[in-house]
Amino acid sequence: MDGLLPELEVIRKDFPILERELAGGKPLVYLDSANTSQKPQVVIDTMVDHLERHNANVARAMHQLGAESSEAFESARDKIAAFVNAPSRDEIIFTKNASEALNLVANTLAWARGPLEIGEGDEVVITEMEHHSNIVPWQLLTERKGATLRWFGLHDDGTLDLSDIDSLINEKTKVVSLTWVSNMLGTINPVAEIARKAKAVGAIVVVDASQAVPQMPVDLVELAEAGVDLLAFTGHKVVGPTGIGVLWGRTEILDQLPPFLGGGEMIETVAMERSTYAGIPHKFEAGTPPIVEAVGLGAAVDYLGHVGMAAIRDHEHAITAYALEAMATVSGLTVLGPLDASLRGGAISFELDGVHPHDVAQVLDSRGVAVRAGHHCAKPAHKRFGVQASTRASSYLYTTPGEIDALVEALEYTRSYFKLS
Amino acid sequence: MTAQDLDALYQEIILDHYKNPLNKGLRDPFEAEVHHVNPTCGDEVTLRVHLTDGKVSDVSYDAMGCSISQASTSVMTDLVIGKSVEEAMSIQASFQELMQGRGNVEPDEEVLEDGIAFAGVAKFPARVKCALLSWMAWKDATAQALADAGTDEETTNG
Repeated sequence: MDGLLPELEVIRKDFPILERELAGGKPLVYLDSANTSQKPQVVIDTMVDHLERHNANVARAMHQLGAESSEAFESARDKIAAFVNAPSRDEIIFTKNASEALNLVANTLAWARGPLEIGEGDEVVITEMEHHSNIVPWQLLTERKGATLRWFGLHDDGTLDLSDIDSLINEKTKVVSLTWVSNMLGTINPVAEIARKAKAVGAIVVVDASQAVPQMPVDLVELAEAGVDLLAFTGHKVVGPTGIGVLWGRTEILDQLPPFLGGGEMIETVAMERSTYAGIPHKFEAGTPPIVEAVGLGAAVDYLGHVGMAAIRDHEHAITAYALEAMATVSGLTVLGPLDASLRGGAISFELDGVHPHDVAQVLDSRGVAVRAGHHCAKPAHKRFGVQASTRASSYLYTTPGEIDALVEALEYTRSYFKLS
Repeated sequence: MTAQDLDALYQEIILDHYKNPLNKGLRDPFEAEVHHVNPTCGDEVTLRVHLTDGKVSDVSYDAMGCSISQASTSVMTDLVIGKSVEEAMSIQASFQELMQGRGNVEPDEEVLEDGIAFAGVAKFPARVKCALLSWMAWKDATAQALADAGTDEETTNG
């Protein structure tokens, strides 16, 4: 099969969990990487080494361990900046996860005065395929400020309906926030094209890249030129640990936004009457940060960079194309989202006629196949397609064609288990 | 989970109720209607109760969800319709105890009848909410109907 990672078997050996046997001696077929990715040994070892040998608080400990820990933490920032080709390493803000990054943006925009201020009559534009974490913060913002939330609808094939882009993005638009790759439909959105439109009316452009950064090369210099101002992703979907996310923002925007959380590390000086604030990135990093998580994420992006993001994208594309073809042979199975692998990422949500997604996932689990079932935190997108829930299989750099075969075999078993003819 | 676990979860009785649910549909008259949702998976039930003289005369519903939640709804209506409110509440409590017992509660077939088929569900924490959705909705609706009846009485008396 063309496009697969040439050393797939070697890569699989980097992920110890893939050798796990499940109950009944079945091998694990992990197809839930859009939910969270598995971790390579190097990430686990780097985190253990940090805790065993270098543990200390960062930026406030005047001893050797403090210096080592600060060095490891800040060099993780350098690695991440290089991984996504950020214009400046100080534009990389560590957060808890992508949700916190998006909430940071929506909250500080709610507090902003001056050119970024949002008021009555202003509009915020999102899309109908967003994860709840890129819907709810904007609902809260618009409700609080008396602004209006608007959104792009979807075509039946799961792509964005851009036919009304000229009326949706207008002189009242203050923010356009959208996902790059849908976590439910898999759709890859034309982020640069939409950013250019938004820039033309002076709107801030926010991109939820939670599903994009794991799967494809990201060049923030290029995206910034197209007009993207802020971009969020999470560590645990890029083979890193949980508890660490990233917000990238253009310096001039981050400088204009007020602080998010107040506390240690985010200040320049504090008096009882008032305080002044540190510059970016520390302005948005109050309190002791997730240190070992950041160090682990640094090792994770190093690992992905070593494999090569272009090669990972090609692998995901090959596996996704194979999966779409194989799943089409299961009778009663309908894929939600684009059927052309070149238009989508590796998350494939589907319905199986006559069996609820919960039951599909349960029977697949009995065959060792791990998938997600439910609304995938995208209820509006499910509603758009007239379904309440779906089952989602999602691949990553360690996924083999054999695992897709196991999925299809388990789906056939599910049909027979529920006595569907 | 193994194939045996799967069969323990999906008892024939459950699959039968799933395919042929009892008492399905929304009917009049009713004293209370509730809408309950399982926020983790989006399963939903709209449920009505009709009480007469301290008896559960009817429970009607419109539900969307997995086999466990649909079958549980069907079994629940079959068990509580025709019983006194007091008796039905006690059946509800038994079922809830079974579901929240992590597989360590021995079900009483005299009380739960077809409901004992859900004993296996208690071992799957992710599915317990599915089985309990409509039972909790029924309890809520019944409590509302009783409270409203109480208020009406007070109003009448007052």
